Amino acid sequence: MTPKAPYIDWAALSPFVALAAGAIVTLMVGLFRSRVVRTWVVPGLTVVSFGAAIGLSVWQWGTDTAVVSGALAIDDLSLGLTILFCAGGIVATLLALGSAATEDAGHGEFHSLLLSSVMGMVVLAGAQDLISLFLGFELLSIPLYVLCASELRRATSLESGLKYLIVGSVGSATLVYGLAFIYGATGTTSFGAIARSLDATGTSSDVLLLTGVALTLTGLAFKASVAPFHQWTPDVYEGAPTAVTGFMAVATKAAAFGVILRLFDVALLPAAATWAPIMSVLAVITIIVGNVGALGQSSLKRMLAYSSVAQAGYMLAGVVVTTSLGVAATAFYLAVYLLMNLAAFSVIAARERETGLGDDLSSLNGLGASRPALAWTMSIAMLALAGFPATAGFFGKVYLIDAAVNNGYGWLSVAIVLGSAMSLAYYLRVVAAVWVRDEPRPAALTPGGQPVMAGASADGPPVARASHPFAVFTGVLCAAATIFFGIFPQPLFDVAQDAGRALASLL
Amino acid sequence: MTIHLSILVFAPLAFAFAGTLLPGRLAGYLGLAGSLVALGLSVAMLLDFNQSADGLQYVTDDKWISALGIRWSLGVDGLNLWLIGLTTLVFAASSLWIVLRPVERPGQFAFLMGLAETAVLGAFTAQDLLLFVLFFDLMLVPFLFLMFGWGGPERRSATIKMIIYTLVGSLLMLAAAVATGVLAAQQTDGGLTFALSDLSKVSLGAGTQRLLFAAFALAFLIKMPAFLVHGWMPDAYRQMPLPALAAFSAVLSKVAAYGFLRVALPLFPDAAVDFQTILMILSVVGIIYGSAMAFTATNLRLILGYSSLAQLSFITLGIFSLTDQGVQGALIQAVNHGLVVAPLFFVVLLAAERAGGAEDVRELGGLAFAGPVLASLTLVLALATLAIPGSANFVGEFFILFGAFKAKLVLSVIAFTGVAMASVYMLRAYIRTFHNRVGPAVVAGRDMTLRDGLILVPLVIVIVAFALYPQAALRDGEQAVRGKTPLLAKIDATRGAPRAVASTKAAP
Repeated sequence: MTPKAPYIDWAALSPFVALAAGAIVTLMVGLFRSRVVRTWVVPGLTVVSFGAAIGLSVWQWGTDTAVVSGALAIDDLSLGLTILFCAGGIVATLLALGSAATEDAGHGEFHSLLLSSVMGMVVLAGAQDLISLFLGFELLSIPLYVLCASELRRATSLESGLKYLIVGSVGSATLVYGLAFIYGATGTTSFGAIARSLDATGTSSDVLLLTGVALTLTGLAFKASVAPFHQWTPDVYEGAPTAVTGFMAVATKAAAFGVILRLFDVALLPAAATWAPIMSVLAVITIIVGNVGALGQSSLKRMLAYSSVAQAGYMLAGVVVTTSLGVAATAFYLAVYLLMNLAAFSVIAARERETGLGDDLSSLNGLGASRPALAWTMSIAMLALAGFPATAGFFGKVYLIDAAVNNGYGWLSVAIVLGSAMSLAYYLRVVAAVWVRDEPRPAALTPGGQPVMAGASADGPPVARASHPFAVFTGVLCAAATIFFGIFPQPLFDVAQDAGRALASLL
Repeated sequence: MTIHLSILVFAPLAFAFAGTLLPGRLAGYLGLAGSLVALGLSVAMLLDFNQSADGLQYVTDDKWISALGIRWSLGVDGLNLWLIGLTTLVFAASSLWIVLRPVERPGQFAFLMGLAETAVLGAFTAQDLLLFVLFFDLMLVPFLFLMFGWGGPERRSATIKMIIYTLVGSLLMLAAAVATGVLAAQQTDGGLTFALSDLSKVSLGAGTQRLLFAAFALAFLIKMPAFLVHGWMPDAYRQMPLPALAAFSAVLSKVAAYGFLRVALPLFPDAAVDFQTILMILSVVGIIYGSAMAFTATNLRLILGYSSLAQLSFITLGIFSLTDQGVQGALIQAVNHGLVVAPLFFVVLLAAERAGGAEDVRELGGLAFAGPVLASLTLVLALATLAIPGSANFVGEFFILFGAFKAKLVLSVIAFTGVAMASVYMLRAYIRTFHNRVGPAVVAGRDMTLRDGLILVPLVIVIVAFALYPQAALRDGEQAVRGKTPLLAKIDATRGAPRAVASTKAAP
């Protein structure tokens, strides 16, 4: 009798396989000497493997299974998040086209690292076991450390990579220490078994477990940039190449929230009474710190870094409520957040190349007159982030508030709206920079808006030289999607509700 | 006759959006066409409206977002019928204005005005709480861009101030709206719904009602603006481009007043009674403050701004008298004020054009010498604003004070002084602009042209017609206020309830 090979559910694993194959192939193809192959074929292959992973995830939609002996859940939540990661990856690839980062780091290496990082995210989002959680966490982080430093000739990029490496390692160490404590308290690494053990023994007030939960939360809070573990975020975001920053802002955040949802709303659900108060306080602190921190920033990437901290605070509300509505609301917000942020980062990437002013707020001056497409993209992104209606951001906030109020966290919803109100101060500065062309011009105030001389904006930015068609394209696309889902959000709601139902332990 | 409210709501936006694809001046014409379509539909609705019918007419009710229980639900009744008419008229005038006096980038300007009209009409017709909140917040977006793109020299800070002020209120209202739906659903064990008709059947606990009412009231009061939360108004009024400001001042503040009638009173009747005194006092103080400030301000825009504050306080006073007369008066006065203030802003423009852009009464004067027609038309507007007997404003203020008189005698007596003060500040502004010596800044003494008349004359005719026949609006509003689905019956009932409880306790 021949030994039976273990059964492998290739269909469920297929998105992961597509990414792994892509990572290997791009690395190999990147070794070709032909410049055309390196600059166009490698990114093309990257986009193809991201696209394949998205397609396969859509194909697998509705499956609810655990692969790799129960370590990895393939359900609508992990598949939905996979789609988000890959979408973020595609945009990052497009934004990185022809950038210094890919040139310096090598095209094959850059894109292979990007794909590996997404692989880690896929593992993390589906992790149902403490071991696979940590594996995914490291597989996500290590490529990102390198990607942040991929603009080898720019000191700030190296600084960003080093900072991220050090802080990220502290986070990882804290996390793995916490995981060990949880294992010690419950005697198992599987999420389901942890929940059963907590249910049965009532160890939810066990010191070992509480220490473990606290350390784990800290480790994950580092990755999700939840205050007070957010300090690395502005520095790293500012220094990293813009394509990587955009990718980190959306995909890393989504991955971190994916695992927070699964760990806290499945494995540690019986202990919710002990961690929910801490987490809700963290949410409020994060909202305040993020919004206050963003107020005085003149670097757009730093501003968006703090804004991403604040947004993490809003999303924590969806975790704290421990309902499937909360999971759906978080998933919905993550999707919306991806669109809004990538729209903004596309504009930043485009302007960085066109103006040479870096990511300073002044790089946007006069955009309304010179580049209407970019101007509207940026304005829509900012208004959506602030939660204006007719953008998807509005429904993201409404859904989170709905989830919070539904489970008795009305005060958290007040924190969300007050945070949004505060955030207007810095989002509107960006919109003002785009549309208010230059400093006060007395001639502009002819009563009733009499025609002002059209050529008066001579001190505007220099005319675009090296325009970046892909950045403009992705930006406009993301902004259009933001508006579309602000008017017809139902499809996105359906997907989010499917994802919310994936965690069967919740109501 | 069937009138599709969705068409009414989206016609301005659709036309204006098409206009952005056309070059230059044509865009403005297309925006005008859109606002004229809306005006035509609303006039047809005014003529067709069934005064004796209960409840909503021309109802549109479709599924929109089932996950959140939000429905695309629009309807018209006596509360919003005339306000819709006002909106379409004022926006048509503003659109005509930007056609006759082209602005920079007319396509974008017309598009934003179209978006604004759509948002306002949506807020007026929405019969779903979240839909209302959505449109209420959306109204701000076009004005944000209008101010950034076409505003005065200090537009950046003025705009940010205005947006933050109003959105603090609006966002709290958003949270309160979601909470209202969720709590109501929890109470009835039904699905999540935000339909106003369903929500008004649920009565929430008194403490909850008070919190939710406070959030809604704050949003509405900031939007008006009312006294204490009007900090954004002077800067915003000074910096906003005039065609936008005319629509803003005439219509957006009315949405807030209407919000009290459509949302806050029916959903939170107990809280409305609790807050009645506070809001009435606030209104009376607002009347006096607004009048005093309008009397001391020298910038014409600010005079109109503060006078609006006083007028809106009158409207709030009428609403929170919680009497039929007060509410009816508030409805009429809302329409009146909008009708009067929009052309007055046009007069500000005409005056400023004759004085090298000066909008300060100290630099103006004597415009009537060269412009008798303009002066006479303005006099009609000024007299209407100060509610001279015979004007529709007189009817409105009379009803409001009558209602307030029944509710709180002392407050109504104080509010009476506001009527007198209105004549002081309006006549002062009129005299210093059109009479007296020719002002230092006045350069081009000439009368208004025929093109200017295209905007001003129709509006004045409507004001005069409305003054002669205010019953039209009164009758249409009657049913909504007093009919079988009375707005105030529920409030009366809750007000009566504590007394009833007290009497049963006293009986044994």
